[in-house]
Amino acid sequence: MRLKLVPDETSIDFFSRTKLWLGISAVLIVVALTSFFLQGLNYGIDFRGGTTIRTESAEPVDVGAYRDAMQGLELGDVVISEVFDPSFGPDENVAMVRIAPQDDVEAVSQETIAAVEAALQEVAPDIRFTSVSSVGPKVSSELIQTAVIAVLLAIGAVLVYIWLRFEWQFAVGAVVALVHDVALTIGIFSELQIRFDLAIIAALLTIVGYSLNDTVVVFDRVRENLIKYKKRPLKEVLNISINETLSRTLMTSLTTLLALISLLVLGGDVIRGFVFAMTWGVIIGTYSSIFVASAMLYRLGVKRDWSKPDNPTGNQFADVDA
Amino acid sequence: MLQIDLWKRVMIWAAVAAGIALAAPNLFYNRVEQHNDAVAAIERQGSTDELREQASGWPDFLPSGLVNLGLDLRGGAHLLAEVRVQDVYAARLESLWPQIRDALRPLRDEIGTIRLQNSPPDVLRIAISDPSGQGAALQAVRDLAQPVSSTTALPQGGAQNIEVSGADGVITVTLSEAERAATDERTLQQALEIIRRRIDEVGTREPTIQRQGAQRILIQVPGIGSAQELKEIIGTTAQLTFQPVVNRGTDPDADPGVGEEILPSLDEEGLYYTLERSPVVTGEQLVDAQPTFDQNSRPAVNFRFNTQGARAFGDYTAANIGSPFAIVLDDEVISAPVIQSHIPGGSGIITGDFSIEESTNLAVLLRAGALPAGLDFLEERTIGPELGADSIEAGRIATLVAFALVLVFMVLCYGLFGIFANIALILNIGLLFGLLSLIGATLTLPGIAGIVLTVGMAVDANVLVFERIREELKTARGPARAIERGYEKALSAIVDANITTIITAIILFAMGSGPVRGFAITLGFGICTSVFTAVFVTRLLIVTWFERRRPKTITV
Repeated sequence: MRLKLVPDETSIDFFSRTKLWLGISAVLIVVALTSFFLQGLNYGIDFRGGTTIRTESAEPVDVGAYRDAMQGLELGDVVISEVFDPSFGPDENVAMVRIAPQDDVEAVSQETIAAVEAALQEVAPDIRFTSVSSVGPKVSSELIQTAVIAVLLAIGAVLVYIWLRFEWQFAVGAVVALVHDVALTIGIFSELQIRFDLAIIAALLTIVGYSLNDTVVVFDRVRENLIKYKKRPLKEVLNISINETLSRTLMTSLTTLLALISLLVLGGDVIRGFVFAMTWGVIIGTYSSIFVASAMLYRLGVKRDWSKPDNPTGNQFADVDA
Repeated sequence: MLQIDLWKRVMIWAAVAAGIALAAPNLFYNRVEQHNDAVAAIERQGSTDELREQASGWPDFLPSGLVNLGLDLRGGAHLLAEVRVQDVYAARLESLWPQIRDALRPLRDEIGTIRLQNSPPDVLRIAISDPSGQGAALQAVRDLAQPVSSTTALPQGGAQNIEVSGADGVITVTLSEAERAATDERTLQQALEIIRRRIDEVGTREPTIQRQGAQRILIQVPGIGSAQELKEIIGTTAQLTFQPVVNRGTDPDADPGVGEEILPSLDEEGLYYTLERSPVVTGEQLVDAQPTFDQNSRPAVNFRFNTQGARAFGDYTAANIGSPFAIVLDDEVISAPVIQSHIPGGSGIITGDFSIEESTNLAVLLRAGALPAGLDFLEERTIGPELGADSIEAGRIATLVAFALVLVFMVLCYGLFGIFANIALILNIGLLFGLLSLIGATLTLPGIAGIVLTVGMAVDANVLVFERIREELKTARGPARAIERGYEKALSAIVDANITTIITAIILFAMGSGPVRGFAITLGFGICTSVFTAVFVTRLLIVTWFERRRPKTITV
């Protein structure tokens, strides 16, 4: 007995309401961007500079007491938050203390950190500092720049690759889908105020890669079917292609999600934000490869005659043999 | 139909076996690590029974490469330092002054007296009393200019190392743009080398010391207690000089003469020395420094100069018996003994108020050499070993659970073919670890996430093929044909889909740093191994099974 995610033959019509799908996506993007511009991201120290100290103690964390202890130090903006994770034992009480960058220096003052640690030790004598990070404002502004360049570069490279392997309409479809995925991911980070640090950029790029992976598989089939069914209207060819690949699309998304969800639940709080971004990205990436990338392709139209020799052909790699 | 040549089969299995063999040491991480450390220690300092025993914990003939654990998994310290390259400009100019003086002396008749003026550190100003001789003086100084010698940059149209200009009887000398660039380059190289030596002296495992960009150095040392400790090891410049003493006093703000400076005493508070700026000898001329004890059994540091330094030191002591000279470390006077006699041998002892630890550290610092310039720390991170251990544990459990879920799911969906895919998936992880060990890659926490993601995505290529085989079975030209066509047709999708992911992995690797880079590596290699196992290994498994059983029909 086989588990089947999708019946053997499906003929779901994905393209009768492309305007609706694209409209929903457009609205979501607008919502995401509005949130981003109004509320902004909760940047970690990688991007805004400053210091974070991770503490661990056997006694429960008393955020108020911690804050009072640090009151006298005049550190400016201090954020203290307790961290929860199912993997923590009863004597593991973890908190994160974030201190805004001190205006005086590029180099981070070790005295400040020592003073904070001493103050916290007053409150909780057994407290340990399991990690301490400081980033100077100079580096953090560069990190933002590099991150933005990395994401743009990735999207650009992909645009070129797909353009070379397929046609420009495919490339535009794929890239619109990517922008959609990246925008919605940034949107949810801004809406939920999840800390946005360097690792999230890595997650964004992975989402770009994953979403593309999905899109390309669908496009590959579209290309094949465009040759196979020369006379059928584009909408029908697209529908056939998506239905044929639907089982694979869902299988792969599901196995990836299985892996990611176990990491999300069991992987510890240090990388939770990172894994959350990827999980979210896989879900919207799967959605966008059908409802954004292919819908765009449908709206743009595509060249139908693939028999000319100057076109890149679908079985360029097919004679590789094991 | 469904033929795979014998040699190809052998190659595939050989590749898999090699990968697994390379990955195997990671299963015995602690034992292999101990073995490797012991072997390295034996090589460095000779063999002892204890070391031999530790080394025998893992047989020598087996591969012993391991995946390095990143800072976030092992704990340790991370620093990003910017080298203050401008520091060196002043020293370069100062060293030019004696030459310029010597070049101008013969022209006294024309230019009158020569005097060094106070100036910002990156400029040298020389006043001459007779402005009408300015042209000649300029010419003489310009003649001293040399072509920039650079190790990396191409000679930039024969650029000169200094720029000389004159106005109203004042000659201004600055370093040229090209010389600055070349100096920066040398400073960076030197700083890198010295930081590396200092960290090696302390003897920690697998430190990363990398240049980043034009002026920065990234330092990661696993196992060290804190960033502060690391800073103490590398942050001290340990600039040692021996300078003639002009005067001593208690006023730090007294006006020093031109070419002189006022420095505080290290031990005696409130005591300041006025010293001549240009040193007799510097720490660069040291060949050795060892911790020792002075005649009163107090910790001290013994040092020896190279021939050049020994001669300069010998000549100076011979000529200045009875006058004090200062031993200066990082702009503080350690001591200022009076020269009792001519010291010809080029060795000596530094005494001061040291503890044993301080004298040992000072000796290490002197031996490793002085940092050519100061460092600014732009980024510091300390990760405690417990947090690292927790992260590894969480990562391990999550990976195992993810693995189990995917394995079960694949069997549920594809039956026997799912088992083939699962074997390939397990081999895939083995190969991935083998590759990572082979290149000595660093595994970070996001790197573990990369592996988990690979587990999820690795089945994708198999899924593509299996789905395709299902479709081909519908057109019913026999199972063998379906399998063959399934592979053929799925290939272009597999290749396109994975190349796009590889592109993003490469960009991540190029732009990212630290943990992110670790993620890019596991993701990139994971894609390579998963394509290999899906396209070659699973296929070989299926073909082998098919040949044995010759089923009339198959269900995927």
